[in-house]
Amino acid sequence: MTHTSWAFLSNYLIYSSMALYTLAFFAHAYETAFAIRAPQPEIQNDSSGNLLVKTFDFSRTEKAARIATAFMILGTALLLGGVVARGVSAGRVPWGNMYEFSITGALAFSGAYLFALRKYDLRWLGLLVSISVLLTLGTAVAVLYRPSAPLVPALKSTWLVIHVSAAIISGGVFLLSNVIAAAYLYLDSVESKGDRPVWAKRLPTLEVLDQLSYRLVAFVFPLWTFSVIAGAIWAEHAWGKYWGWDPKETWAFITWVAYAAYLHARVTVGWRGRKAAWLCLFAGSTFLFNYVYINIWGTGRHTYSGL
Amino acid sequence: MNQSAIVPEVGTKSLLRILWRQLTSMRTALILLLLLAVASIPGSLIPQRAQNPMKVRQYFASDPTLASWMDRFSLFDVYGSSWFSAVYILLFISLIGCVLPRTVEHFHAARALPPLTPKNLNRMDFYHSWSGSEKDFMTAKDWLTRKRFRIREFEGAISAEKGYLRETGNLLFHLALILILVGVSIGGLFGMSGEAIVNVGERFTNTPTTYDSLTYGKLFKDESLPPFAISIDSFQAKYNPATSAPEDYTLNVTVKERLGAKPVKRKIKVNSPLGFGGTNVYLQATGYSSVVTVRNAAGEIVLQGPIPFLPQDSNMTSIGAIKVPDSSPQLGFVASLLPTAARDKLRGGISIYPEALDPELLFSAWKGDLGLDRGIPQSVYRIDTSKMEKIGLKGLKIGQTYTFADGSIRFDGVVQWVNLQVVRDPGKPFALVGGILSILGLLASLFTRRRRIWVRFGAGGVIEVAGLAKNAAPGLEEEISELTAELRR
Ligand code: HEM
Repeated sequence: MTHTSWAFLSNYLIYSSMALYTLAFFAHAYETAFAIRAPQPEIQNDSSGNLLVKTFDFSRTEKAARIATAFMILGTALLLGGVVARGVSAGRVPWGNMYEFSITGALAFSGAYLFALRKYDLRWLGLLVSISVLLTLGTAVAVLYRPSAPLVPALKSTWLVIHVSAAIISGGVFLLSNVIAAAYLYLDSVESKGDRPVWAKRLPTLEVLDQLSYRLVAFVFPLWTFSVIAGAIWAEHAWGKYWGWDPKETWAFITWVAYAAYLHARVTVGWRGRKAAWLCLFAGSTFLFNYVYINIWGTGRHTYSGL
Repeated sequence: MNQSAIVPEVGTKSLLRILWRQLTSMRTALILLLLLAVASIPGSLIPQRAQNPMKVRQYFASDPTLASWMDRFSLFDVYGSSWFSAVYILLFISLIGCVLPRTVEHFHAARALPPLTPKNLNRMDFYHSWSGSEKDFMTAKDWLTRKRFRIREFEGAISAEKGYLRETGNLLFHLALILILVGVSIGGLFGMSGEAIVNVGERFTNTPTTYDSLTYGKLFKDESLPPFAISIDSFQAKYNPATSAPEDYTLNVTVKERLGAKPVKRKIKVNSPLGFGGTNVYLQATGYSSVVTVRNAAGEIVLQGPIPFLPQDSNMTSIGAIKVPDSSPQLGFVASLLPTAARDKLRGGISIYPEALDPELLFSAWKGDLGLDRGIPQSVYRIDTSKMEKIGLKGLKIGQTYTFADGSIRFDGVVQWVNLQVVRDPGKPFALVGGILSILGLLASLFTRRRRIWVRFGAGGVIEVAGLAKNAAPGLEEEISELTAELRR
């Protein structure tokens, strides 16, 4: 196969994966919408006096949830194929510009979700995961797309493969932990005013969300550290200095320090709950800022967004 | 009674002790960490001298008052500024103050036995009790030993502990951070870094005067520059015909390690530098030089040779300044070099491909005072024309000559230049080892669970089991269930 046909194949796979994520999104939406149980006469007579209590019964839509997860797995598999084909067409790893970062990032994010799903009951996140992957892929295809091309010389390095793959996986997991921290903050403020909204009833308790968000960070922090160090080694090979305070490096450092502060706050000062969740969101936003702002508007030597 | 008598006297010594305790407290460390994150931000948004001196100069040109105020707060040199250093030095003092005593403590703790079993086990987590027999007690001991718990037996009770690796890893991580900082400091004190633009066909000798810019560590000595020489034989740049993006750069050089050594042919590429002991030579950037011959009115050569131009876009449209201070009046040519020239309706002359397929030199010619002896450093790519008079405007292809009243200029051709960066950083190995150790330490610390399990065989044949996990690490409950299941089988 020629380069161009690999590039076409990659595009087809990515479009197909978007179709599957859309199906997964609708299946999750169906799962939530049709799990609502209309108010029952016996509940209407209960002493709380609340006549319009709707409840959720997810056992009614269990099948839809399974179908949604199946779509998601298929979509992720196709996306993986698309990313690989993109790499083959360019004759290198598919991390040379922002289009490629985005599709690989979306892959890492939904991969992280599916991986975590094996251990924790996270299906309640499915609606969010599928829509955010769709939005990322949509932006990538519509705004960021660039024809497949070989790398500029500085990016030709094994360390690029190592550095960027570690960074993308870390980013996916950081993002997941941030989604959970945000869910925590939202549910906490709702619960302090009264009961959870019905659709959120199925979500884990606040305590579990708090722990989960922390576990994810603790799990990837070493990987992020590794990614920063691998980047430094690569910089040493390409530019002669392992650390040059380039804006991208600086923000990677800021993210690292911020997450270190988060781990300290939890492990040694004993922060839990709201305070910890806010700190987690702060650290996560430094990662996002680095990705969006520095890539597109930044100066420095890391700006190869291709835009 | 006099008021002051109530206030306990605070001597300098105890004040220092209080300060020290404050500085090494976890809360301070947390604040300093967050402060370090925040302090790093301005340097990534404001151009920095070390990375982007041109942009800094633009700041000074467009708003000198603001720029000089920003400069007063070191906003153009954030990462070398005193306030940034203050934050990380305090952080590391705090780190050392906390970690060294803990290392000593851990060293003792790691050889000590676990603490005695507490009296009231039922207050602990995951408490189970049932009536069993002495045999169960032995089984428990076997099980714990098999699971490699550290065991202490005392008066019919076992206290077992596991997961010392967590603290070991944590200390290793923090000590490794100190090692990284040591490496960075060594690099800063004993290292050097310099850049030089060299035309293809020319030779670079490693002496201070051949550099365009050179920075030394405070303790670096001139004679530590290894005496090598590099002749640039040829440079190949491959570009993508569709996108003009560079695909590959190869620099062929002939190297002499020292005076009188045998010349050796070598290659330098972007990701593979050339090494001379601890000193590496990197290929940083490339561009074109215009080769010109300028004559005065009498026809004598007043300037001849390649003048480096600065690339502006991916097709290597380059700008440059040809300055002729040795003619009278002084001459200057504000010029653009187009490696593959074309016309654009809006922008005028542009280059449409980065290779020199059809070069053209566009310039405006000036005469008057170049202002070179006013002591203000000037960019070699620009001319201050405020004291000059424009005498012409012209575009030349290779071999063409432009003649004017005060002389003539001939465009002889183009050669490529490369920017060589020479770096020596003796701190690098320390930083690298520190980096590797820090990851190993983190892994050990974040993936080890520290926990205690107690088993007591009490009066009346009651067996009690309980546990405690540090930082509420998960998994102890299952572990204890496994143990009790084994005992009650
Ligand atoms: C400035 C002084 C510092 C002090 C006094 C300090 C002290 C500590 C202590 C006591 C822990 C507790 C570990 C445990 O009990 O399990 C800890 C954990 C940790 N520290 Fe520091 N530290 C300092 C600086 C730093 C710095 C600069 C970083 C990196 C940016 C860092 C990263 C971490 C991380 C990631 C953990 C979590 C490890 C775990 O969960 O066990 N620390 N630190």
